[in-house]
Amino acid sequence: MKIVVCVKFAPDSTAPRKFSSDDTVDRVSVDGILSELDENAVEEALKIRESAASDAEVVVLTMGPEQARTAITKTLQMGADAGVHVVDDAIHGSDSIASSRVLAAALERTGFDLAVCGMASTDGGMSVVPAMLAERLGVPQLTMASEVKVDGTAVTIRRDGEVATETVEATMPLVLSVTDAANEPRYPSFKGIMAAKKKPVEELTLGDLGVDAGEVGSAAAWTTVESIEERPARTAGTIVTDDGTGADQLVAFLAERKFV
Amino acid sequence: MAVDRLLPTTEAYDLLDLVREIAAEQLAPRAAVDEASATFPRDVFRLLGEAGLLSLPFDEEDGGGGQPYEVYLQMLEEIATAWVSVGVDVSVHSLASLAMSVHGTDEQRMRWLPSMLGGDQLGAYALSEPQAGSDVAAIATRAVRDGDEYVVTGTKAWVSHGPHADFMLLFARTGDDPRGGLSAFHIPIGAGGLEPGAGSLSFGAPERKMGMTASTTSLVMFDDARIPADHRLGDEGDGMRIALSALDSGRLGIAACATGLAQAALDQAVGYASQRRQFGRPIAEFEGLQFMLADMAAAVETARSQYVYAGRLRDAGRPFSRQASIAKLTASDAAMRVTTDAVQVLGGYGYTRDFPAERYMREAKVTQIFEGTNQIQRLVIARDLLRQSGL
Repeated sequence: MKIVVCVKFAPDSTAPRKFSSDDTVDRVSVDGILSELDENAVEEALKIRESAASDAEVVVLTMGPEQARTAITKTLQMGADAGVHVVDDAIHGSDSIASSRVLAAALERTGFDLAVCGMASTDGGMSVVPAMLAERLGVPQLTMASEVKVDGTAVTIRRDGEVATETVEATMPLVLSVTDAANEPRYPSFKGIMAAKKKPVEELTLGDLGVDAGEVGSAAAWTTVESIEERPARTAGTIVTDDGTGADQLVAFLAERKFV
Repeated sequence: MAVDRLLPTTEAYDLLDLVREIAAEQLAPRAAVDEASATFPRDVFRLLGEAGLLSLPFDEEDGGGGQPYEVYLQMLEEIATAWVSVGVDVSVHSLASLAMSVHGTDEQRMRWLPSMLGGDQLGAYALSEPQAGSDVAAIATRAVRDGDEYVVTGTKAWVSHGPHADFMLLFARTGDDPRGGLSAFHIPIGAGGLEPGAGSLSFGAPERKMGMTASTTSLVMFDDARIPADHRLGDEGDGMRIALSALDSGRLGIAACATGLAQAALDQAVGYASQRRQFGRPIAEFEGLQFMLADMAAAVETARSQYVYAGRLRDAGRPFSRQASIAKLTASDAAMRVTTDAVQVLGGYGYTRDFPAERYMREAKVTQIFEGTNQIQRLVIARDLLRQSGL
């Protein structure tokens, strides 16, 4: 079984967000990491590999600048077997549609039984790429799984929605996305760190994937960011002094803002 | 604030990332709670073991990480910055494993080291006794040969995480000569070893300590405990030599932990001084306070330089006993001074249990006492100086 995990190199979500001069998220001068929610995708893939009846391989796929290699390295340290890194200057500024175009082409090239994604990236947060991948690849999609069971080529997931919990099943090959409730990602181990150095990472360009540079990047994006303004710092707020009318003042405050 | 470290390899930097991630997510958030309730975090050591952090300085063929002391000690410092009790217990585990690694026969090493270093086991170190602290030669616990076994009777004191240990390095008397009569033993505990509570091995109540309360310290009592003779490390009478050689390395571990603790106190003091406003501005803008912070930083970095230097000497196979004692002395005194000053920087808040500064101060005190009091360290340093001058 071949499991390919699509991961994103995202700015550390605990650090201040910066933007480049072209209004794209700065991915070069800030500390980037493996998008935290993708750790759940890697963990699920590793668990599936560990419980697989026959040989299974976990390949991690990412697209992004040179620095994105650190995201692949982290997954290799966690236990993934190999990496594929699509690096091409033309990719810069790609939207979800273009990203799915590149990732789908890479998935077709590597081949897969199971393509696993996280529930969202910690920067864009759109959650649409898994569905787009399934559409482009013509395979079923099992998205937002909070529990995954694999039996041969059949995959069953539990999908916890706001009004119902669904059980959905599909047969490989398919695209799977998992939520942060699906598992507890493991830490790398020191042995994993040492082993990661010897694992292969293939670098590919758009040309290798047969993707035309005109299909991706800022110019091809369906939307354009017109401007960015930083949110003003939080103001001090209102202090209500309870002189016997405290509750009334609180209700008035909330009512004024249409909270009650 | 993350310490800028010089490490010898890229994998050491990857290791540093891993240690910092675990320290931030798994150690720091629990430290205050578990210290307050005196809860030994056994699960934390399983996690550290799984990550390979309990075996860093040991040979790869024995199941260790093959890391130089220079790297191991700096990782230990990072752990101690997040939670010094855990750092000290990791150091004790290393100390308990070291004698097997250095003095075990090939057969003993093959038999025990992989599981000792495998990550799920925790080792304790039983040297001191109620009447034998700095005076190691006063050890009274006896190991009497009886056929293929030794029969051990006596009481060990100040044993870190003894009741939670899976094995123990025990020093006991096999002969009457104060120094030449000591021997070292590997004691597996639990399945296949000595069973606690079976009468031959029992533990005292946890000592009611001033600090590092999450790390259980207790008496360990042996009463006609039967130890197979092939569990002895080295020859009969090698105990003192084994104990002292391990202590040099253990002192470096304590120096690293004390440095980490001092770093934590410094970080807290700098953070607080930048936030706390008096007379219309952050108190960090007052020069009197800046000088305090500068002295604290100087003490922390001096301590770090000293233990890293001593660790490098050890890695190079050079004598490092004097430098280890200087590192332990320097770092523990720095920890005491810096944590005391951190309380001062935080003022009244520093004196409350709502901030960790007072806990750091309580924790720092023992670093001047254990693994050889700082007075003993001065003796070691002076004797080494005088030996070199031919006295």
